[in-house]
Amino acid sequence: MSAEGTVIAIVLATVGAGTPLVYAALGELVVEKSGVLNLGVEGMMLLGAVVGFIAAVESGSVVVAALAGMGAGAGASLLFAFLTLTLQANQVATGLALTIFGVGVSAFLGLDYTSVALESLAGVHVPLLSDLPILGALVFSFDPLVYLSFAVFVAVTVFLYRSRWGLVLRGVGEAPASAHALGYDVIGIRYLAVLFGGAMAGLGGMYLSVVYTPVWVESMTAGRGWIALALVVFATWRPARVMLGAYLFGGTTILQFHIQGAGVDVASQILSMLPYVATIVVLVLISRDATKIRLNAPAALGQAYHPDV
Amino acid sequence: MTAHGSARGRAVTLITAALVSTVALLAAPAGMAAEPLKVGFVYVSPIGDAGWTYQHDIARKKMEAELGERVETRFVESVPEGAEAERVIRELAASGHGLVFTTSFGYMNPTIKVAKAFPDTIFEHATGYKRAPNVGTYVARFYEGRYLTGIVAGKMTRSNVAGYVAAFPIPEVIRGINAFTRGMRSVNPDAQVKVIWVNSWFDPGREREAADALIAQGADVITHHTDSTAPALAAEEKGVHVIGYHSDMSKYAPTAHLTASTHDWSEHYLRTARAVLDGSWASAAVWGGIREGMVKLAPFGAAVPDAVRELVLAQQRDIVSGALHPFAGPVRDQDGNERVAAGATMTDEAMLTMDYYVEGVQGKLPK
Repeated sequence: MSAEGTVIAIVLATVGAGTPLVYAALGELVVEKSGVLNLGVEGMMLLGAVVGFIAAVESGSVVVAALAGMGAGAGASLLFAFLTLTLQANQVATGLALTIFGVGVSAFLGLDYTSVALESLAGVHVPLLSDLPILGALVFSFDPLVYLSFAVFVAVTVFLYRSRWGLVLRGVGEAPASAHALGYDVIGIRYLAVLFGGAMAGLGGMYLSVVYTPVWVESMTAGRGWIALALVVFATWRPARVMLGAYLFGGTTILQFHIQGAGVDVASQILSMLPYVATIVVLVLISRDATKIRLNAPAALGQAYHPDV
Repeated sequence: MTAHGSARGRAVTLITAALVSTVALLAAPAGMAAEPLKVGFVYVSPIGDAGWTYQHDIARKKMEAELGERVETRFVESVPEGAEAERVIRELAASGHGLVFTTSFGYMNPTIKVAKAFPDTIFEHATGYKRAPNVGTYVARFYEGRYLTGIVAGKMTRSNVAGYVAAFPIPEVIRGINAFTRGMRSVNPDAQVKVIWVNSWFDPGREREAADALIAQGADVITHHTDSTAPALAAEEKGVHVIGYHSDMSKYAPTAHLTASTHDWSEHYLRTARAVLDGSWASAAVWGGIREGMVKLAPFGAAVPDAVRELVLAQQRDIVSGALHPFAGPVRDQDGNERVAAGATMTDEAMLTMDYYVEGVQGKLPK
């Protein structure tokens, strides 16, 4: 294959590998901006993956699968929201419990669907545009859910930084007592943020099981939920850096396989480590300004808030 | 203990069986009713529809069907290798299982440890090398199947490059890569094999990414030594050939499937259970291949021409008769050093400690 073809293959694979992380991390970003720390991303992704996969097998429709995956993630996050926001349970402990719960329940739900084969989703084909040399392959040949992830990125950025309700959400994450004093429903807003985060995690999981692999097996997210969580922190709660981190992680994963296949003399164990190291190093380097980190980090992150006290 | 789908049905069966046997014991004079041999199985992953554990479970069912009321089997799936494994194995031994199969390499030390505490229980550990008076080991000569599938790959490739998705650089996996490469080059001397290590037995996402990378680098036949069906799905989607491992994966890749190197443990399980039942069991290291029925090729895919099928079957007969050995000399490693001289055959010892690529494999072996 030509060098050009190889580069295109790497770029396409990078976007595919990064997309589940983009969804899950953007969702978690909004949750954390509202002051809630939900460590259950891995569990919600798995639930989204299994429910989305079952829906895809039963209905044959990707739209139904995406809605089902989002519903499953949102449902699990509703449980989290009820425990932490209404009952004021500890967010860290509840999030960890949600992950363990998600691993178990998804394995149980998926028993009859383990290794069922699924037709994979073809990329879109835009007449003329997709046929352009190089650019056509690079920009106009992804599957629809990749384009949706771009749209989610734009929507989250505009919402958080260019809309009144985004300002309110950030206010709730910075100083819930002040937001409450101004008449905003802190708990209600946090509920919505957590639900959005759950739906995005579910969609990310569904992308992995229905579009990317496409197969369902127990614990198939293999830690991607935790990587999404780490991305939000290392990207200092900024959407563009979350995107950058997700693609960087996906890209180094793909690249190290190509390096191995090309027969470069580096230990594969070191190459396996590369995505983690590269992502952390780059994000830490570009986000090392302590003042800016304080500005972007939600001040009330992880703290329970009750309007009566 | 990990729950599984038929837990309730199994519990009902167990309770019924317990009631029946109690009644039988009460009714009959002591010693008349033969207690069934309880046989336990420890699996490393979910059973699923294909793969390593699936093959063990097929064999368990066959053994149960064959021996009927003389045995009673129980399995525990998704048992992580480590402390949890020891707990599960101990639990099986303590609950009256006379024979326990531990089916993953990482169960070796826990099996040996528990076996010391339960000298009356017989253990059989798959793919390990530690034995005890009540612990035997068994493994298949997977490399024989690999060699034959390599011949298929060598005949079917157009780019003369095969891609191999591999788990961990241990002798077991390296032997498979080398046997495949030698089989491929026996019919196609220009063929090269590219290897990508994913450092995991089971991670569909990474297996998929590795297969995609190999295909992008020109491989038009994909095979793998990992547990999921992801490489087969990747090959089907990209329109290249795939050779499965562990199980026949043709239903996941109906057009891409050429054949697969599969394991069949049923003969071994049956033989072992019979030996334990009649008291003739003795600790041994069983290493069976195609001749013993432990390694089998899956049915050929439609893409494989008759001439290739006949060639492969002829070579298979030669392996059974002993006329052909995948590592018959001369065997040269990647750097051109002669590892086995012409006319000689590699010893089992040398095969079990293999830590180099043979010529034809691209890239450096991670140490």
